Amino acid sequence: MTLPRETLLRAYRQMKTIREFEERAHAEIMNGQIPGFTHLYTGQEANAVGVCEHLSDADTIISTHRGHGHCIAKGADVIGMMKELWGSSEGLCKGKGGSMHVADFERGILGANGIVAGGPPISVGSALAAKIRGNTNVAVSFSGDGSVNQGTCFEAMNLAVVLQVPAIFVIENNYYSEHTNISYAVGCDDLKARTEAFGFPVFVADGADFFAVYEAAGKAIEHARAGKGPAGVFAEQGRYHGHFVGDPQHYRGAGELDDLRKNHDCLKNFRARMQETGELASEELDAVDAEVMALIDRAVAEAKAAPRPTPEQVEQDVYITYGA
Amino acid sequence: MPVKTMRDAINEALHQAMAADDSVFVIGEDVAGCMGSNGKPGSVGGVFGVTTGIYDKFGPLRCVDTPISESAIVGAAAGAALVGMRPVAEIMFADFVGVCMDQLVNQMGKFRYMFGGKTTCPAVIRFAAGGGFSAAAQHSQSMYQVMTSFPGLKVVIPSNAYDAKGLMLQAIAEDDPVLFFEPKALYQESCEVPDEMYTIPFGKAAILREGDDCTVVAFGQMVGRAAAAIDALAEEGITCDLIDPRTSSPLDTATILESVEATGRLVVVDESPPRCGLTADIAGLAADRAFHALKGPIKQVCAPHSPTPFAPELEAAYLPSVEKIIAAIRGTMS
Repeated sequence: MTLPRETLLRAYRQMKTIREFEERAHAEIMNGQIPGFTHLYTGQEANAVGVCEHLSDADTIISTHRGHGHCIAKGADVIGMMKELWGSSEGLCKGKGGSMHVADFERGILGANGIVAGGPPISVGSALAAKIRGNTNVAVSFSGDGSVNQGTCFEAMNLAVVLQVPAIFVIENNYYSEHTNISYAVGCDDLKARTEAFGFPVFVADGADFFAVYEAAGKAIEHARAGKGPAGVFAEQGRYHGHFVGDPQHYRGAGELDDLRKNHDCLKNFRARMQETGELASEELDAVDAEVMALIDRAVAEAKAAPRPTPEQVEQDVYITYGA
Repeated sequence: MPVKTMRDAINEALHQAMAADDSVFVIGEDVAGCMGSNGKPGSVGGVFGVTTGIYDKFGPLRCVDTPISESAIVGAAAGAALVGMRPVAEIMFADFVGVCMDQLVNQMGKFRYMFGGKTTCPAVIRFAAGGGFSAAAQHSQSMYQVMTSFPGLKVVIPSNAYDAKGLMLQAIAEDDPVLFFEPKALYQESCEVPDEMYTIPFGKAAILREGDDCTVVAFGQMVGRAAAAIDALAEEGITCDLIDPRTSSPLDTATILESVEATGRLVVVDESPPRCGLTADIAGLAADRAFHALKGPIKQVCAPHSPTPFAPELEAAYLPSVEKIIAAIRGTMS
């Protein structure tokens, strides 16, 4: 697969932005700067970017509690996101959502969602709207291996097939639903076959390889855009951090995290491929790294200085109109 | 003015809203009916007949028949609403909120707040609510009292056909998510209903009787029973205000408090069980804000703290009756 230079540069920039956003968020959480529960996406960057590189603002995604990566990949404002993590009134959600509920509707981001498998049914609704309106928009739901045993996931997959709507179910297998391995939690041996039994094709990719995810997602999205109904993408790639920041990760085997970082890193893989093909020079990628670091530095500085919400905002935006 | 049943009044509101706005569509199990079968698609029109004729008029793209998947139905409605559609979903029996609670409460009810006011979710979810059919414990609950407690959702409980049409047209026009509880015992009840489109604002109670001695607040199916109780007492010279809030969220607290200030007595009637319900809610409101005006104890008339029974005589004993409402009014006067 050969991609245009601008696509390659953008994909690398997006993955690097997610990586640095997450690593800085981790550091600031450990410093006590960011309140609440945060779930980091580090390691899985190629999944989000490989899918979202196929999407426009008119297409929608819905994300998960581990949602920073999806939102950045779909074009959310990174500084507004960082402010939201800090809880500022200038955050993307005015400090009402935080890490688990980042959303940016102008970019087609229907929100990060704190309920496992809460998103797939909603995404089917967005896909249904595209079908009713007769356009070629698609609706992507990201969810993890923990979501595949939820009834809402089954309901959404079946309804998408029954209604033949352009919904794409991206299942990111990071091997652990919280602290439990997929080998325990999924009762069958072949999750792909189980999912395809709903009646749609599933395309599998190595989640450490941007190009593999990009290719698999491209097939799924092309299928849905062509009016052939829903499709699935399975991407396998472990997360570098715990389920949440502070998770002691007792479930990891010896050397597991080292192996993930050393041998399953989408950024390293991307650079290696560029070196091999000569499509981008390492200096160009270094320049992107510097830009990204500057952006994240700026985001953190602005988030620290951003205005705090005030008590009268507690009851704002519950409704559009209310009262007698 | 033509006389219509509540079923036909809501059906007319749906037809008119869909004809007026392409973004309105209905979705739910058997809203068309007979899909994939030997029967004619569209020949069911909802198990209570409320979506009759919509499939024939608007076709399968706007009369979206679904499997029995309540979470997916509500989720699909919520997702379509997030991208600008105006879905009206049917969940059949109100008792089934239990199987789609997350999509109602954690999803559609919280989008606007969690996302900093940057979106709307103009979805309407319809339920058939309440007792009176020997439908037993899993098909008789009102559930609107539970849903009233969740910020972000609006909750509507019509008590007659006229209100049902106007409230449904308002619900579809609302940019906030609305749960619309249709008392199924009233589907066949009729009154005068104009042919043209009209809306009834939310949070604006109807004052159905005016009197001096007691304020009676009643919801849904209980409004008719409360009216019968008040009319019987009027023959003895006891007169009451009868207030039908029509929406429990938002609640027209001003009208209720103004009436309690004037009469000094309050009876609240609902067919739900008592704990954390609408009668306790309104009793608490009056105790907090109109205590100085009270001349007698606040009385709550509701179902007991029990599931709904099956046998007709047990259900008759379970639901608030005209006699119980009369006894409560007398109780607060003595």
